[in-house]
Amino acid sequence: MIRWFKPVVFLACLTPLMHLGWKAYMGLLGANPIEVITHATGDWILRFLLITLAITPIRKLTGQLWLIRYRRMFGLFAFFYGVLHFLTYIWLDKFFDLHEMLADVAKRRFITVGFTGFVLLIPLAITSTKGWIRRLGGRRWQALHRLIYFSAIAGVIHYLWLVKADIRKPLQYGFVLALLLGYRVFVWAWPRLTDSRPGSVPTRRAEASET
Amino acid sequence: MLIKKEPDIPSSQITPKRLYLNRRKFLAGTAVTGLAAAAGMRLSEFNSPEASVQANAKIEGIQKSSFSTTEKITPYKDVTNYNNYYEFSTDKYGPAGLAKDFKTRPWTVTIDGLVPKKQVVDVDTIVKWATPEERIYRHRCVEGWSIVVPWVGFSLSELVKRAEPLGKAKFVEFTTIYSPNQMPGLKVPVLDWPYVEGLRLDEAMHPLATLCFGMYGEVLPNQDGAPLRIVVPWKYGFKSAKAIVRVRFTDRQPLNSWNKSAPDEYGFYSNVNPNVDHPRWSQAKERRLGEFLKRPTLMFNGYDQVASLYSGMDLKKNF
Repeated sequence: MIRWFKPVVFLACLTPLMHLGWKAYMGLLGANPIEVITHATGDWILRFLLITLAITPIRKLTGQLWLIRYRRMFGLFAFFYGVLHFLTYIWLDKFFDLHEMLADVAKRRFITVGFTGFVLLIPLAITSTKGWIRRLGGRRWQALHRLIYFSAIAGVIHYLWLVKADIRKPLQYGFVLALLLGYRVFVWAWPRLTDSRPGSVPTRRAEASET
Repeated sequence: MLIKKEPDIPSSQITPKRLYLNRRKFLAGTAVTGLAAAAGMRLSEFNSPEASVQANAKIEGIQKSSFSTTEKITPYKDVTNYNNYYEFSTDKYGPAGLAKDFKTRPWTVTIDGLVPKKQVVDVDTIVKWATPEERIYRHRCVEGWSIVVPWVGFSLSELVKRAEPLGKAKFVEFTTIYSPNQMPGLKVPVLDWPYVEGLRLDEAMHPLATLCFGMYGEVLPNQDGAPLRIVVPWKYGFKSAKAIVRVRFTDRQPLNSWNKSAPDEYGFYSNVNPNVDHPRWSQAKERRLGEFLKRPTLMFNGYDQVASLYSGMDLKKNF
């Protein structure tokens, strides 16, 4: 792909943050700015997780193999917005009240599951470098990075459990996530269900094991 | 006596909303256009909160109320652009725009149930039943935010007295208008429409309970429950039903919409209570709109004078 494309994508991934910053500066965050910031950063975590999870299916279905070079960036942006979302919670919402936060994590199931989803992303962000892929070895690295499935599921459940009555938006995220995870289940299960010849399974399996 | 007394802070001075509107429109319309287009964002997003700010008719002869708090009044633009009004939208920034063309006249209220005679009363008759008062109340949403609003109305007891409920009547039920053509949110089954709320008769008779038709000295904006709503300041906001078309007196506890949708989360009483958490979040603190740090939530939202209504009741059970 063209050389300048990656920085452009990088900047595009930052626009949600710039949009928020600009709205804050202009006083356009509305009556409850902290709520707007919390919701916006939360939305973008889920969006970036889904984009990251969409790379493999899109590559396989369209043959656009170069897309893999953007997967790490999207994953790291999910983590980046996760950090912002978490900071919003501990700083703007709880104002570093550790006691209250611990009570929240223990008592409020939507916080428990959201916090879990965030914590699961930390090892993935740390081991996202080439050095760590080498150190862990491709197989183990890949196995570790399947944690993103659980992080995304936790994220959707977090959203589902916090809304008051209108579950349409969390269900939309859940639907896309189900498609993306369903694709993986299908790729994994299909050869096992249809192919009884032992020789043909390993090659398909090798292909499917790529996340 | 209909001598107009000025409140301590004239509401007109709290938010010069027309100036605000003009400045915003100018800024949004000029410098931003290019940026917004480049970022692929809808320009209406920038204008929407202000687009719905409109001037309503002044209400004459408003008297001060001794029930008023002296706390800082929440800006008009916040109270009129941040609304939980699911009949229009579940997005709090939605109703301001979506309710713009909502028809509040002609409007009648049916008063029936355990009353000697069913009445269908025009709202313009009802608002003349007593002298309008400005009642500056704290308003606490079950979601954990609060505002201070200068409502205009009078005690709900004025309506109850005129209905002359029978001795059997123990509760009063309020029904919000069901008008799917005007209220797009009604197409979404988030609640069992129409919206229903209810009070015990002695709660409805408490002088703090307000029949409301205005705020900030003006006729109630559509997104805040025009033309007629109730305001029950010691209860979570959803108890204060909007756009009321029916008041029914009954001997059975009404099944209010939120209680019906999630009985373990929203009770019939729903008194503001920092000691009884929502199953999913704490009610100990609240964020007053416009403030950074959360403040502690007060029992009965600070309206201790209602405590006697619940003496001997387990408020953890009767949440």
